[in-house]
Amino acid sequence: MNSDSNNFWQGFRDSMPFILVVVPFGLLFGVIATESGLSLFETMVFTVTVIAGAAQFTALQLLSENTPTIVIIASALAVNLRLAMYSASITPHLGSLTTTQRVFAAYFLVDQNYAAAMTKFETTPDMTSSQKLAYFLGAAAPVLSSWCLATYFGATIGEVIPPEFALDFAMPITFLAMIGPLLRTSAHLASAIVAVVCALSFAWVPYNLGLIIAGIAGMMAGAQVEFLLERRSSP
Amino acid sequence: MSQNAHLWIIIVSLGVGSFCLRFLFLGLVGNRDLPPWLLRHLRYTAVAMLPALVAPLVIWPAATNGMYDPARLAAAAITMVIGAYTKNLLLAMIAGAITLFFGLYLSA
Repeated sequence: MNSDSNNFWQGFRDSMPFILVVVPFGLLFGVIATESGLSLFETMVFTVTVIAGAAQFTALQLLSENTPTIVIIASALAVNLRLAMYSASITPHLGSLTTTQRVFAAYFLVDQNYAAAMTKFETTPDMTSSQKLAYFLGAAAPVLSSWCLATYFGATIGEVIPPEFALDFAMPITFLAMIGPLLRTSAHLASAIVAVVCALSFAWVPYNLGLIIAGIAGMMAGAQVEFLLERRSSP
Repeated sequence: MSQNAHLWIIIVSLGVGSFCLRFLFLGLVGNRDLPPWLLRHLRYTAVAMLPALVAPLVIWPAATNGMYDPARLAAAAITMVIGAYTKNLLLAMIAGAITLFFGLYLSA
């Protein structure tokens, strides 16, 4: 019990830097949502149920372009397909928990605590699954609370933020800062390069499906390079 | 269909849909062992999806209507390089933000 609590707070501390990342992002969502005509209540329900910035921005953008409902839903969920991949890759660590625990873990699965937890679980393989859950939820807490609060402030005070602050680039900088530390081996590097080339080459594919194509191509490249390197190093 | 019903259908569908994507493997696969080839691919989800998500935003920023922008490009490069060398996320973000504001100031 004590060790779970320790792990919760360790996860909490490890993901504190993400607050600085999430706040501009949440503020921006609040601002754009209210400017697109959503009420405060609609904005907050949106942010609390979906908890996925990129998908929420996609939906807002398409809403403002009078896109059909079904296309908006499909596009935003396509952007969110990476969550299914996160779910799959974290399953070896959290899969043995009870169903209720897994429902909670699934609801709280976002980019930042996924990244923090996977790094932690890979470097500390002897953690029990209950310690892992504690760490995972600890890493989710600062991210989700600051995300919701920032959205709220964005929606209420957002109109006064001048465009010179270039908040649009908060999201790319967030993601880029997360990528650097992930580039640990040449397989990771190959994966990232192939993903970038494909994302740019397939940007014309409608409904953001180019992102999914690029993600799958990048994963295949990484797995292939890892496989080749392993075969070369073993006799 | 009223504008409000349209919006609520989107919010509810995305909420339920996102949860299902998050729960898909964690909930349905549980503690059964996944095959090694699948795990080998899944190790690269984050390092593939995040650059794929971010690359078009860097090359064609929405704020400049997709026009190539030296300030944003420089900020992206600095963030990546600092992140890759220091492995420090916060430092990378601060360096990127400073580069961006400095670049925008120069080009203003």
